[in-house]
Amino acid sequence: MEEDKVLCLPRLSQVAVCGGTHGNELSGVYLVRELLKAKKNVTKQEDEEEEAVPLLMVLSHPLQQCFRYIDTDLNRCFTHASLSGPMSGMTPYEIIRARQLNTMLGPKGSHGAVDLVCDLHNTTANMGLCLITYSDCDWICLHIFRHLQANIPLRYIHFDVSNKESYSLDSVGKHGFAMEIGPQPHGVVRSNIYMAMKAGVQHMLDWVQSFNSGSTFEEGFVDVFTMVKHIDYPRDSETRTITAAIHPQLQDQDFCLLRPGGPLFQTFSGETLRYKGDEPLYPFFINECAYYEKGIALSLARKRQVMCKGIVWPLRYIHNA
Amino acid sequence: MSFYSNSARFNEARRVAVFGGTHGNEMSGVTLVNLWMKNSAEIQRKGVETKPFITNPKAVDTCTRYVDMDLNRAFTPENLSAPGGDDLPYEVQRAQEINRMFGPKGSPEAYDVIFDLHNTTSNMGCTLILESSKDHFNLQMMTYIKKAIAPDTCLVLLNEHPLLKYSTTRSVAKHPVGLEVGPQPQGVLRSNIFEAMRVIIKHALDFIQLFNEGMEFPPCTVEVFQVSERIDYPRDANGNIIAMVHPSLQDCDWEPLNPGDPMFQTFDGKTIHYQGSSTIYPTFINEAAYYEKQQAFVITRRETLVASAIRKA
Repeated sequence: MEEDKVLCLPRLSQVAVCGGTHGNELSGVYLVRELLKAKKNVTKQEDEEEEAVPLLMVLSHPLQQCFRYIDTDLNRCFTHASLSGPMSGMTPYEIIRARQLNTMLGPKGSHGAVDLVCDLHNTTANMGLCLITYSDCDWICLHIFRHLQANIPLRYIHFDVSNKESYSLDSVGKHGFAMEIGPQPHGVVRSNIYMAMKAGVQHMLDWVQSFNSGSTFEEGFVDVFTMVKHIDYPRDSETRTITAAIHPQLQDQDFCLLRPGGPLFQTFSGETLRYKGDEPLYPFFINECAYYEKGIALSLARKRQVMCKGIVWPLRYIHNA
Repeated sequence: MSFYSNSARFNEARRVAVFGGTHGNEMSGVTLVNLWMKNSAEIQRKGVETKPFITNPKAVDTCTRYVDMDLNRAFTPENLSAPGGDDLPYEVQRAQEINRMFGPKGSPEAYDVIFDLHNTTSNMGCTLILESSKDHFNLQMMTYIKKAIAPDTCLVLLNEHPLLKYSTTRSVAKHPVGLEVGPQPQGVLRSNIFEAMRVIIKHALDFIQLFNEGMEFPPCTVEVFQVSERIDYPRDANGNIIAMVHPSLQDCDWEPLNPGDPMFQTFDGKTIHYQGSSTIYPTFINEAAYYEKQQAFVITRRETLVASAIRKA
């Protein structure tokens, strides 16, 4: 391949895998615990072989007792504004924890930040495996996606949020994404979901090792789902309690195209409420437990193809230097 | 005149309650009871006072299972008579209040029937929970419900195990009925689960009305799944879980588990097999709330009970 068609990118010198950012999303909690255990065992055996991928495993929320959060959602505490500013005795636990994580893995936006953050999550929605990022042109993330997709069905979700406004843990690294798998109830570990997440992380690490060995990754297309809007439940105007549930024909139909007029909700008196938008869009995070309090019954995305450029870490240039 | 020589006589069921929110994050019951508190037309039957009631409002507000302790374990004689008022755990205070309003437990003044609405993350479908194999009124009601919803199914779980039985919110009534519908994640409202629960309550109330009007229900057999043992996750020396419910067992509530069948899968993929000596019927497989109660699933045995004919006194 001609060199000008392939972007030269720096080696990924450190990767962080984080679990338990939401304390009741158990796949990540257990996977990181197991990875930490395995690392301890390797060290015990005094294995002199250098680590294939320099890997930092982080339990984001070590005090967590199987709740999503204690004071506030940790995964919304990583904006530049939240990470700076004064602290007091009243500062929520998660804001303090976010700053500790920023010191450990960042600082966000700086030269010293880890190269890649993979933050593990579960959802009650029937989304299968997804990578969720802020960018549709981060070639590292896109190539990791392409590599995983060769082995596992998954989708690429893009939230078009600027670096300034990005709020989640994965935004601390130079590159980052959330690895989201569902459906799994919060507080439960399902073996099929756990094994899928374990395989996803392993394939990601395999790709990083391959990239760091100087392999070239050719250009190719990726289907990207870009979030367009959220839809809330219908609510009682006084009490704000919901007055309808996700329609049975929409329940579990994540990424099945929702057309104008398609069923959205079923009221408790049996009436169907329909999608009034003009544009057919792809629903996801349908009936995610944690989003009731955020006013989101489902999110809607537009799908488009993105051309992912070829990339390489130019090992041969270093050898020839 | 009775058609059956040994009809058991029961007083008319005049006072009935439907409880939701005993666990604040089990959304079908919370939603149904709130709906019926606003407009109770759907649950009214001639000659019956049916009261919808949210049993754990603080847990409902925070969408958590409980505040201090599990309300559905709180109705022990010790708790119900404990002094201390405001110093008591929230759920003990609630238990005493509920016992005053709907009991006292074990007395003639207690409510006739209480339905307590629950959800589970387990794939149990619709399950009616019975606390006594000798409650012929409940056995007949459950038979009626099963016939009414056919071909849809509703199984009966009997828990009268001396050690595993627990003091439920509904136990203040003369005839306590648990209704458990799953699978549904905590904090989530699924339309199909909600409607299934609603239909069962409808049929249950129809039964009560028919009974009160003098209908006689013939003797019948009732298949039940009787709780016999609780199985915990394999754990390490620190109490951490070291294996998950095996994919072959996950979602297979009520299906036979034979000796040698896969039961758990360790995090590195090894299978742990069921070592018991006979076929059992597991349920409550992988219920979120039971991790802290050291329960991966419950073992049940299939039994057939005989329900006497019943009619009103």
